[in-house]
Amino acid sequence: MLKVSASPHVRHKDSTAGIMRDVCIALVPAIVAAAILFGTSAIGVITVTVASCILFEYLSRRLMKQEQTIGDWSAVVTGILLAFNLPPTIPLWICVVGAFLAIVVIKQWFGGLGQNFLNPALGARVILSISFPAEMTHFVMRPINSRSADLISRATPLRFAGMNPDVLSAPTATADGAFEPYNYLDMFMGLKPGTIGEVCILALLIGVIYLLARRVIDLYTPLAFIASALVFVGLNGQDLLYHLLSGGLILGAFYMANDYTTSPMRPSGQIIYGIGCGLLTGLFRVFGAASEGVSFAILLMNILTPHIDHLTVYRPYKRKQMAKIKAAEAAAAAKAEAPAKSDAKAK
Amino acid sequence: MSIFQRRNQGVHPNYAKHTSGSELKPLNRIDHVSIPVSMQIGPPPKAIVAKGDHVQVGQVIAEGDAYMSVPVHASVSGEVLEITSEVQSNGRACQVIKIKNDKRFTPYEQLAPPRVESKEDFIKAVRAAGLVGLGGAGFPTHIKLSPPSDKPIDYLLVNGMECEPYITSDDWLIRHKAAEIMQGIEAVLKWCEIPQAIIGMEDNTPEALIAMEEALKNSSCKDKVKVKALSSVYPRGAEKVLIRNFTGREVPSGGLPHDVGCLVQNVGTLRQIAEYLNTGMPLVTRIITMAGPALNRPGIYEVPIGAPIKDLIDLGGGLSKVAAKVIMGGPMMGVAVTSLNSPILKMNNAILVFDNESCDLGEELPCIGCGRCVRDCPMHLIPTELDRLSRKFDAENLILYGIDDCMECGACSYICPSKRYLVQHIRIGKQTVRSYRADQAALAAANSKKEDKA
Repeated sequence: MLKVSASPHVRHKDSTAGIMRDVCIALVPAIVAAAILFGTSAIGVITVTVASCILFEYLSRRLMKQEQTIGDWSAVVTGILLAFNLPPTIPLWICVVGAFLAIVVIKQWFGGLGQNFLNPALGARVILSISFPAEMTHFVMRPINSRSADLISRATPLRFAGMNPDVLSAPTATADGAFEPYNYLDMFMGLKPGTIGEVCILALLIGVIYLLARRVIDLYTPLAFIASALVFVGLNGQDLLYHLLSGGLILGAFYMANDYTTSPMRPSGQIIYGIGCGLLTGLFRVFGAASEGVSFAILLMNILTPHIDHLTVYRPYKRKQMAKIKAAEAAAAAKAEAPAKSDAKAK
Repeated sequence: MSIFQRRNQGVHPNYAKHTSGSELKPLNRIDHVSIPVSMQIGPPPKAIVAKGDHVQVGQVIAEGDAYMSVPVHASVSGEVLEITSEVQSNGRACQVIKIKNDKRFTPYEQLAPPRVESKEDFIKAVRAAGLVGLGGAGFPTHIKLSPPSDKPIDYLLVNGMECEPYITSDDWLIRHKAAEIMQGIEAVLKWCEIPQAIIGMEDNTPEALIAMEEALKNSSCKDKVKVKALSSVYPRGAEKVLIRNFTGREVPSGGLPHDVGCLVQNVGTLRQIAEYLNTGMPLVTRIITMAGPALNRPGIYEVPIGAPIKDLIDLGGGLSKVAAKVIMGGPMMGVAVTSLNSPILKMNNAILVFDNESCDLGEELPCIGCGRCVRDCPMHLIPTELDRLSRKFDAENLILYGIDDCMECGACSYICPSKRYLVQHIRIGKQTVRSYRADQAALAAANSKKEDKA
């Protein structure tokens, strides 16, 4: 008996699980950096979110009597990204709530892998930061000039971004009594307060290089995102490099906004989407009440993704023909009009 | 958006062209051939021989009156065993003429080079040679060579690109028969009054490229013909992609190459034209690549049309593993045959035998929206959206999303990391659209009748 199937009879070796695994590998440098910068508390948060994401994925598929999908590694990616969006001091039970929101509410209730309309990790982060504002904004850092491993509380660099006197005199900005803004190198290496994954830009960029080498991501979205955000804050007279290195801009642009399911499929759509994310981020950062705007910007653009995909349907094979037909029609109309005019003149 | 359109859209499968550079071996000591009369697009011709007749190589055994139909010739000499009706690999039944091979290969005594003095003679000769597009589609060549008179052709594009993995038949043909291909090009340029030709090649066949350039130097119309090589990407050799790559013209949706002044011919077809003009021998054999992980001795073979695959595999060295899937044509667009008794057809250029391991297509998972199918679709479609719409039988939106432009190259299914059956569902979608259009037409006819009565 011969097997019969419709062509093609060969397949590319890349698989969904392989792509997800690559993302996990790309996130390893940032996990290591978080362990160095924040110590065991960060590792605890990452472990709890990943474990509870996998558990919730398993349980929800089981309860909904669906095929088991924990083998596709997507729950692991969601778990790591969720932890990256939480401060290292977060109580662990909130991590479990976050994993539930991400996996069950945002992902599985909307149909599972590939069907979620929001980035699960980001959606969970935003719900958590509205529900637990104090815990979600308690940021700490490793002290810069001290060998002590004790983490200290300090306002995030974004508080200083505008160098606005009002902000600088605000009591929250001076928890350790220091007014001076952070220097760029410290911010690049991760010596600043922030969420677990966003602080070490170096580690994130190492992961980006890996993903690019494995051809998992394209640069259309992140570059459009970062460029338009910087243009926006630049036009408002703020320091570009400072904005680039602070907050979740790098993590958001390369790892969150670039999520396959919730971003457009065509390069043209990805650029529109990236610009939208960037402008909204700039808007929230410059004029918003909360100092961070990346998460809200990406979530808003996630919702617009199907519409952007719809906008960027183009079919050059037809469009050129349509252009020709229209040109021919216009020429014919012009010809028809010309004699009419000359007739009118003759009269 | 033009920067994105200029990208070489397509995929890079493992080409596995191990048979490239090997010698051609004849493989014709088979006991009998089964020649289906329908090996083309269009109405099939009818058998004009009867059981017991003795036929010779090149003798016409089936002929049709219809303008689209092409005669079929005996590929071996011997006795006609029977004429039956059998279901072909494409699912349709047609007459099959079974001839016992006397292994003498006596050429038909009435064969003679045709007299060609005008375009009509030339077209008639091409039809008499039994030619269909040898690249795989099987469109009658004489129809292609006579486009409507209001559509002047200013480019002959010669397809020397074998973008399907494994296949090296055209590679062999260009390496060894470049002079005959040039003759074919000269004849088409002369009789069809086409001012210039481009021979399109891929850079993964460097020896063939050199051979073609050498043949061009010795040609009488070297000022009219150019050889151009592009980087290899699948499906570079597809007609519409080829036209866009080499001329920058785009065949409109639903249009044919002659709408943009182009005529595309495969190198095999052109060589066959030259052969018929020189010797009068019509299309009776094909050069095929036999390859795949389950074959003992992959190679390039010249086989008579109608030869059963099973006999060819046995004669060609047999199997090293259990054959799990046998494909006629390349792995991207070829047809998996239902039985090893299926015969070689005019447009076949390869037989691939896969073992069980290489048949694994992976488990289908949900689309994760990675956009790789969109990135690689040579027709700029959104395969994943078409797939979704097809599963919902949404004919109107399928048309809106351009399902008519899909040429079923399979690049989307190949690249999909979720192993989705994209092109397969698009084919189902095309069926949905066809029946939807038929319904609409019937409805419109019924409505106009009502109006007439009113």
